[in-house]
Amino acid sequence: MTTSSKITLTRAFMALVFVALVCVPVIGSRAMVQDLFMVLTLLVLALNWNMLAGFAGLVSVGQQAFVGVGAYAMFGGVILWGWDPLPAILLGGLAAMLLSLPIAFFTFRLNGAYFAIGTWVSAEIVRLSLAQWKALGGGTGTSLPKGTTKDMLGVAQIKEILGVSSSAASDALTYWLALVLATVTLLAGYLFLRSRMGLGLQAIRDNVEAARSVGVDPLRLKALVFVLTAFGTGLCGALLFIQITRVSPDAAFSVVDWTAFVIFITVIGGIGTLPGPVVGVLVFYILQRALADYGTVYLIVLGLIGIVIMLFARKGLWGMFTEKTGIELLPLRHRALPRSDT
Amino acid sequence: MIWVDTIVQGILLGGLYALFAAGLSLVFGIMRLVNLAHGDLIVLAAFLILTVVNFLGLSPFVAVLIAAPVMFAIGWALQTYVLNRVLGDDILPPLLVTFGLSVVIQNGLLEGFSADSQKLSAGPIEAASLPLGPITVGVMPLLTLISAVVVIFALNRLFYRTKLGRAFRATSDDAVTAGLMGIRPRNVFAIATGIAMVVATIAALYLGIRANFDPSIGPARLIYAFEAVIIGGLGSLWGTLAGGILIGVAQALGAAVNPEWQILAGHIAFVLVLLIRPRGLFPRAND
Amino acid sequence: MTDTVLSIRNLTAFYGDFQALFGVDLTLARGQALAIIGANGAGKSTLMRAITGILPSPAEAIQLNGRPIGALSAPEVLEAGISMVPEGRRLFPSLTVEENILIGAHSRIGNGYWTLEAIYDLFPVLKERRHNPGTALSGGQQQMVAIGRALMSNPDVLLCDEISLGLAPVIIRDIYAAFPRIRESGASVIVVEQDIGQALKVADHVCCMMEGRITLSGAPGDLSRDAIHDAYFGVSA
Repeated sequence: MTTSSKITLTRAFMALVFVALVCVPVIGSRAMVQDLFMVLTLLVLALNWNMLAGFAGLVSVGQQAFVGVGAYAMFGGVILWGWDPLPAILLGGLAAMLLSLPIAFFTFRLNGAYFAIGTWVSAEIVRLSLAQWKALGGGTGTSLPKGTTKDMLGVAQIKEILGVSSSAASDALTYWLALVLATVTLLAGYLFLRSRMGLGLQAIRDNVEAARSVGVDPLRLKALVFVLTAFGTGLCGALLFIQITRVSPDAAFSVVDWTAFVIFITVIGGIGTLPGPVVGVLVFYILQRALADYGTVYLIVLGLIGIVIMLFARKGLWGMFTEKTGIELLPLRHRALPRSDT
Repeated sequence: MIWVDTIVQGILLGGLYALFAAGLSLVFGIMRLVNLAHGDLIVLAAFLILTVVNFLGLSPFVAVLIAAPVMFAIGWALQTYVLNRVLGDDILPPLLVTFGLSVVIQNGLLEGFSADSQKLSAGPIEAASLPLGPITVGVMPLLTLISAVVVIFALNRLFYRTKLGRAFRATSDDAVTAGLMGIRPRNVFAIATGIAMVVATIAALYLGIRANFDPSIGPARLIYAFEAVIIGGLGSLWGTLAGGILIGVAQALGAAVNPEWQILAGHIAFVLVLLIRPRGLFPRAND
Repeated sequence: MTDTVLSIRNLTAFYGDFQALFGVDLTLARGQALAIIGANGAGKSTLMRAITGILPSPAEAIQLNGRPIGALSAPEVLEAGISMVPEGRRLFPSLTVEENILIGAHSRIGNGYWTLEAIYDLFPVLKERRHNPGTALSGGQQQMVAIGRALMSNPDVLLCDEISLGLAPVIIRDIYAAFPRIRESGASVIVVEQDIGQALKVADHVCCMMEGRITLSGAPGDLSRDAIHDAYFGVSA
């Protein structure tokens, strides 16, 4: 099979998966919609973190800052200013992006591993500060006003078309939004990495000095990635908490839920590979279902798998797969055109 | 007068943070390894002391003597079988491996000891206090600070006055050339992590006596330790002590203004120091 | 028959796919001083890295006193009896002059000819500066520290990689003045040099390397200038 027909086949397959996922609220159960919503949002967080750590070399353990701020900004929009939750999601993304500027200003001064600590401290500062925001419940948090999600833009129409309850319709809406967000993030990541800037970013990963010598400014490029992934993470945080409907500093800034899981998903799937987070989130979901009854054992298993992968297969499951089969689903390198011998 | 009291309490608190941070600082100074599981290893040591206390009916101060060698062995094995494999130019693997380890230890302890709060009981000394001029200081906080100073003094002696310390510094400077001198960097690293775990055991003793602990508190403690190491200057042990005290004083002052601001004030002090001095207070010349 | 200390047979070395050594053969007799000369990139440093165990080799390819040492790690090679003055000296910046010298004896068991006092006797200037950081010294003095450090393990074979690189001629002469005593102590010596003149003065055998092979070998007196020139730069057209 030629490369171009392989790519066509891959694209057709991915389109098929997308269509199937779009249909889930129509044909699947509500529990399934809710489950897949969590999977998709985790995928969005993982795609963003992978871009940061896997491609830009920025190992952040403070991504919960952006999830939390996204959630709080959305709540602020809805509760304080009476916005509809949908535009408030955008507010969440913008707030996270805005917050990423001072955080970048501070953490980019720290070298290597200490960048990680800097992001963590930053997230703690944001968490503790928002816990002082009494209008949104202070340290204990607050809930969306009753009925907010049922009155969301579009819920009434979905309810009518699908013939389901308002709650199911609002689940379907948030699910589709998550699907769109995940798809857009995946596509944007793919296009970015194949763009001039993205290739520059990968060049930096391979060799900073060489990249600099051909005119790539590592700092600006990394800052750009940091700000853009903050935007994506903030959008996802806002969306997540529309579904959760209750926000508190501890839940919105949970390092386990929004950073630890995300790191494991990416590492297991294959850090620094584009399909890695997709593979990782599937494994994560299967493990979660299989080990749901064992509570903490699940986290221990997750941690151990992460360690073993870092020790023996740094490119994760996806890396192992491409190594064994030579198949690259989403090739990031531009292939040199085959030279025709004349 | 109340300010003097606040600052003194802050300094004493800083002693605890410095104790949490000393092992971290040692390991970072020698092998540039950032161990995200350090806080959980301290909590593990606290549970180990607790187990010894419960089974043998010893005072925690004696139980430490049994727990410390066990923790040394754990540190040695951890370095030899796991961490040595991921050291290198790429910072990602060690960060992610220690992050995974943190989650494993935390949940392993949860599985073994439940989420209940525990405490090490040291008897009447816990409530004892000393009048120090116009203010009173608790004996335990004072003992913590003294221990921190002693530990850091001892580590410094080890580092600058012994053959092992010479090997530590040489390996830290240039591991390949150290190998040409007959030094086995991997062994040196394993011993260093073992020593860091002994220090972690001492930290665990004070952690357990001074406050309740449960399996999940590791990361919360670790963050102060990291702040102390970073603002102290990477690889400087006395800097780590200074960093710990600075965080402690900032927290005490914050708490004096509003109890809810205690932790926040510490974090903000950390950020401010780094904005002014990105390499910390006492950076090593050749880093 | 002469007593062989170090023997290298058909040694090859690779950096990934790049082959740096092509079947090098070399014999070092006990008490001998061997000079290896060659241009930059000839494979001299690779040969040093292979002998000292930084670069792994087949076990049998390198033998010390009849014992295969090719597969040993750097610390094991040192313990077997080979020590090295590395190119660029590579003193430890965190250590004082004295500590830099002492660390050479890190894994030494028992006594030998070389002690701290013997090193200070060989290079008296180091004693005055023993509490300074190693890297605060002049280039020549740093080279003395590096040599002293390598001697502290009382090696059978001392390898010196480019010790005259970047030093003034008068200082190079001072450093080479120590070599007769080093040889008296029982150590056999290999000096790697780009500076042919120096190498020919101290050595009683010379090997010339080019492109990963030994192209010429013999006693300095037996080799004509032209032969050395050809072996060094490639045969002139």
